[in-house]
Amino acid sequence: MAQESHKWGMVIDIDRCTGCNACVIACQSENNIPINLEAHFNQRRAIQWIRIERYWEGEFPNVKARFIPIICQHCGNAPCEPVCPVYATYHNNEGLNVQVYNRCVGTRFCANGCPYHVRFFNFWEPEWPESLKNQLNPDVTVRSRGIMEKCTFCVQRIRRATRLADRDSVELEDGDRALNPACVNSCATNGLIFGDWNDPDSQINQIKNKEMQEGGRAFGLLENLGTSPNVIYLKQVDESAEGHHGH
Amino acid sequence: MLEHTQLTDKELNDELLRDILTMPKWWLPAVLFLAAIVITGYSAFGYMVFNGLGVTGLNRPVFWGFFIANFVFWIGISHAGIMISAILRLTQAEWRRPITRAAEVMTLFSLAAALHTPLFHVGRPWRVFYWIFPYDFSRGIWPNVKSPFVWDPSAVGTYLIASTLFVIVCLIPDLAILRDRAKNKITKFIYAQLCLGFRGTTRQWKLQIVAGILLSALVLPIFVSVHTVVSWDFAVLIGTEGWRSTIFGPYFIIGAVHSGVSAVAMLMALSVWIYGLQNYIKPDHFDAIARLLIVVATTWFFFFFLEWVWAMFTLESPEIALRELQVGPWPWGPLFLIFVITSFVIPVPLWMFRRFRRSAAIMFFTTILVNIGMWLERFLIVIPSLMRRSHLTFDWGSYSPSLIEILIVTETFAFVALGMLLFAKAFPLVPIFDMKEGMRNRHLIKVGRRVIPATIREGLPHHYYNKEHH
Repeated sequence: MAQESHKWGMVIDIDRCTGCNACVIACQSENNIPINLEAHFNQRRAIQWIRIERYWEGEFPNVKARFIPIICQHCGNAPCEPVCPVYATYHNNEGLNVQVYNRCVGTRFCANGCPYHVRFFNFWEPEWPESLKNQLNPDVTVRSRGIMEKCTFCVQRIRRATRLADRDSVELEDGDRALNPACVNSCATNGLIFGDWNDPDSQINQIKNKEMQEGGRAFGLLENLGTSPNVIYLKQVDESAEGHHGH
Repeated sequence: MLEHTQLTDKELNDELLRDILTMPKWWLPAVLFLAAIVITGYSAFGYMVFNGLGVTGLNRPVFWGFFIANFVFWIGISHAGIMISAILRLTQAEWRRPITRAAEVMTLFSLAAALHTPLFHVGRPWRVFYWIFPYDFSRGIWPNVKSPFVWDPSAVGTYLIASTLFVIVCLIPDLAILRDRAKNKITKFIYAQLCLGFRGTTRQWKLQIVAGILLSALVLPIFVSVHTVVSWDFAVLIGTEGWRSTIFGPYFIIGAVHSGVSAVAMLMALSVWIYGLQNYIKPDHFDAIARLLIVVATTWFFFFFLEWVWAMFTLESPEIALRELQVGPWPWGPLFLIFVITSFVIPVPLWMFRRFRRSAAIMFFTTILVNIGMWLERFLIVIPSLMRRSHLTFDWGSYSPSLIEILIVTETFAFVALGMLLFAKAFPLVPIFDMKEGMRNRHLIKVGRRVIPATIREGLPHHYYNKEHH
């Protein structure tokens, strides 16, 4: 990783996702996301910076569950960014779509613009039980009510890793667990891979080069909208469909 | 040509100032009732600020709801002012005279009502000044001019300032009459200050007329800009089916004129019934505004049709899913049906008949229907699109308004009605000087064997004038 500027990105291998939700919990505790109660889900106001969308396929008894983890795609051409009247969301020079909580007035225009529905609004003041107050991450702002929030690729971890690397005059290491977002570290099947698109040797670039070729599994989520996401997905390898499609 | 009731200046003054100089019995109860609704609405807003937007029915992905639909509705109503006063003034439509002020005042109050809702709907209303004013405060950062939300406050603000100036310029001669006729010293002093020393000299009249015409012309670009900017709040988003439409600008403007002019016709009926203005607002005036409405409504319907054709033309599955939602399941399908029937199918055929056009009751009924329909139109544009019938079916959403939202939306209606009532108590709702000017210009002229009333600004050859009239 010798290059000056970074362009952070992720590869999500749907084939490896078991739908265990470990990434959701890891994200929740890393980023001070308030606890989602049943009522929040019923109101459709649960906050999950990464979520596992579950789709059922087939008729009983031959039912299959399909999972797809969805996070902010950190789009290169993000629909949420130009519509914010107060620059609360903008693209930084490391390819991240960042949210500045202090600027946000809560028009929710950005959330309407996002085709992935990964922007979340704080409808209530967040609350934690007394026993959990000491587990809050001191590196992450606790968001008040009335503002938007979203996945940051754990920017606090990127910042700390960069700072420590600078201090020790070493280079950031691809796949370093101190650099990886919490969801990536927690994935038991290595279904999430984090890295730098600007580093030609990074793991995500190697996967991309391989899977973007003819017959590869890579695709961008809703890329027909022209959002140029920084996250690429790898299709599920469907063994039961082998006979039909001849893979 | 317009029906003709020639009144003397004194009759005009007496009749049009009657409700200002005396207190009608119904006035106080009506004002108190409306004020109670307004106070309830503001209390609901206070409750919402205290507890957070969780008290609304909003959720993910339906982040905008009743408030934004209501905002678009009131901006639409506000287009009546310019349509009636500016465009009809510049095109010299005589029938505009008695209704210009009511339309302009309705513009003022509906703009104020429109400004309620977006400011109420943000997450942190105490911070909106960062957004509304193009000033960097201490943040060292200017508002984002790429966002339509920066242009909304500037467009609406410009419109509000221009409309206020328009109302004031047209009020000055009437304020002078009120100053002369006020009974006690305090009101006399207030009117004397407000009329800016207007004494009716030739120079003052000239300035007043020039200012009126200039403002009419200058306000025309705003006529186009305000609702186009509002439509851009929706059309700019690429990922929201049903909003991403290049036709939204003109479609919103013509829809605004449709609901706005309808609201003026409604006001005309109300002012005949409540203020007894039947000597000024005659069946001919209803006839004229209904004919204007037929054109506007049909143009609007054409745009509505085009919007559907262009949306369906692409045959994209999310677009089709959205359209199915709009016309299909409860409550969207029935609401859609009500919207089409009330805003076009019932009123326009009725307006085709001269008998119905000339009836205040029928016009009141049909224009109320139009505005119910047009409110639903905005509701059906805002919410079903946000329910996100997109490929990610896991996130398909739903929305129903909470009591707090309903109270605040009701408050905006009471606010406009209350504002109009208070205004009409202090200032004449029919422009007196404008009526007098109309009466002066009116002559009975002879065309062939018929004697017809006509409005003539310049002199005509002598034999045109009917001798009995002089």
